[in-house]
Amino acid sequence: MGRYFRRKLLIYLLTFFVAVTLDWCIPRFMPGNPIDILISRAGLRGSAVQTMYDYYTRVFGLDQPIWKQYLNFWASLFKGDLGISIYLFPTPVSKVIAGAVPYDLFLLIPSTLLSWIIGNNFGAFAARSKQLDNTLLPFSYILSATPYMWLGIILAWAFCIVFRIFPLAGGYSFAMKPNLSFAFIGSLLSHWVLPFLSLFIVQLGGWAIGMRNMIIYELESDYSHYLKTLGSPNRLIRKYAFNNAILPQITGLALKLGEVVAGALATEVVFAYPGIGYLILQAIHNEDYFLLQGCFLFIIIGVLAANFIIDIVYLLVDPRMRAGMQGETA
Amino acid sequence: MSLQVENLTVYYQTLRGEVHSLEHANFNLGDGEIMGLAGESGCGKTTLGNSLIYLAPPMKFIEGQVALDGEELPVWDIERMNEFRFKKISIIPQYAMNAMNPTRKIGKMISELLQSRKINYKELLSVIKERLDKVKLPHDVLNMYPIELSGGMKQRIVMVLSTLLNPSLLIADEITSALDVSTQKSVAEMIVKFRDCGCMKSVIFITHDVSILYQIADSIMIMYAGQLSEKASKETIIHSPLHPYTKLLISSLPKVGVKHSEKKLTGIPGTPPLLLNPPVGCRFRDRCPLAFEKCLETPPFVEIEQGHFLACWKEGAPYA
Repeated sequence: MGRYFRRKLLIYLLTFFVAVTLDWCIPRFMPGNPIDILISRAGLRGSAVQTMYDYYTRVFGLDQPIWKQYLNFWASLFKGDLGISIYLFPTPVSKVIAGAVPYDLFLLIPSTLLSWIIGNNFGAFAARSKQLDNTLLPFSYILSATPYMWLGIILAWAFCIVFRIFPLAGGYSFAMKPNLSFAFIGSLLSHWVLPFLSLFIVQLGGWAIGMRNMIIYELESDYSHYLKTLGSPNRLIRKYAFNNAILPQITGLALKLGEVVAGALATEVVFAYPGIGYLILQAIHNEDYFLLQGCFLFIIIGVLAANFIIDIVYLLVDPRMRAGMQGETA
Repeated sequence: MSLQVENLTVYYQTLRGEVHSLEHANFNLGDGEIMGLAGESGCGKTTLGNSLIYLAPPMKFIEGQVALDGEELPVWDIERMNEFRFKKISIIPQYAMNAMNPTRKIGKMISELLQSRKINYKELLSVIKERLDKVKLPHDVLNMYPIELSGGMKQRIVMVLSTLLNPSLLIADEITSALDVSTQKSVAEMIVKFRDCGCMKSVIFITHDVSILYQIADSIMIMYAGQLSEKASKETIIHSPLHPYTKLLISSLPKVGVKHSEKKLTGIPGTPPLLLNPPVGCRFRDRCPLAFEKCLETPPFVEIEQGHFLACWKEGAPYA
């Protein structure tokens, strides 16, 4: 048991190191220079340009050799300092991200969990009958093949422009300031519905197809067949099939939940929803090294943590994993 | 008579047409009889076994009657057969090693299965333990997952489970095929032991290995290409078979005391016909050294002596 976790932990640490290094490299390999953008935005002229340029370069530590920048990055990372956003200068990156994360969690956790639960049950149900399978399955394929962005645009067009039921953009009404009133919460919810729906619908199709295929596989397996020849009612056979078919779906769910912190870039862009996905787009536009780095770091940690949790959950739900682990330590 | 099968015909429905896998099977099985069912791969042994307990598509019931202990079995009706399965007729499947749900403890799976058939697990627990002793397994296996056991152990558990309700008929489908020779023998002996103590009345032991039948069977039935060729007591089939196919089959087994480096083993030349559009008449005709014009008609499977059934025009002629 201890050896299993030690080995897993080592692999995760290695992955973390490599991923964070890449995370540091990628923004710096982008063409362009964030300081130029900052200067041009300030509208400076003449000798002031050079003075401010030198000042900003020193403040962001960009005057130092590249290897030193890399080491500085790790050092401040361990202090919990993600740097200062260039685009939202002088707000610290951690503060910018902290402001965006609640929107992501609020949007993605319900849509992922609900689509997973409903999709799995729906897929298992469809696998039972040929008619359901023939009518609903193509529909699920269309849903899961739909690009989030396209569905988002269609929903926005239908509900915001044609029927005028929901607002088009933002996390809450532009006329309001965040506060704890019913009016504000109502505004939050009405802005939330469409991004939620577009994510929910697309994911639902994918989960349903996956589950349907797994259930059919399990129902054709030898143990199902043996139970049938022993006259067991379908209820028990379906229960076993469901319990076994859900295992790969759990992995899928964990990976999806790990990506939750990444936001849903396309959807958030369509609805201008202020989550991490939207931030990433802004950071790229403004060549904001530190914000981009911070967002990616968040994603890395989220995916790794979700994977680690799923390793543990698997030990609990699948006896085959436990047996394998015992064999390893023995 | 524990089992009576009359004129049982079962086809496989495929996209290219019907495969005539079992035609006009007529045979009886006495109380306590272990009947070996032998023949080469694809001759319909498993089809016969499955059609008695679980006749599901693509298998297609054409005609025939099956009676067990004098009661008619509705083999063509998947739902109505459920009442008989497990309680009156049971099977140890070909895939016995994978027959258990991998994510349930064995005891839990058995209890859930029994509960679903409205049988109390607690009351049967003593029987289960007694049977586990018989197959030399510790009672602990009930708290284990299938993955923790070897293939042979899993097979013995399936044997215990399948015979738990003392069925009248047990179909053992190729249960020795995947085992090494010494395990084969012990599994075969356990079947005899189970029969002797009344765990089941009679057994159809499906195999392509005639030598194992010599050790455990009371009678042997030989099939060829979906038709019954010959059924007789074990001694008759081994020592004085009549059907040309049986003769060739038996003669192609190695014998003790014969040096096969000097005298090469002979096989049967040719291959069995495809059953999609099988030839009319006797299906062994093309490979049969004795074939003549009459073989264009299908020979009936008739009793030529007490307990000796044969489907051959030539060899059956003296008895007609």
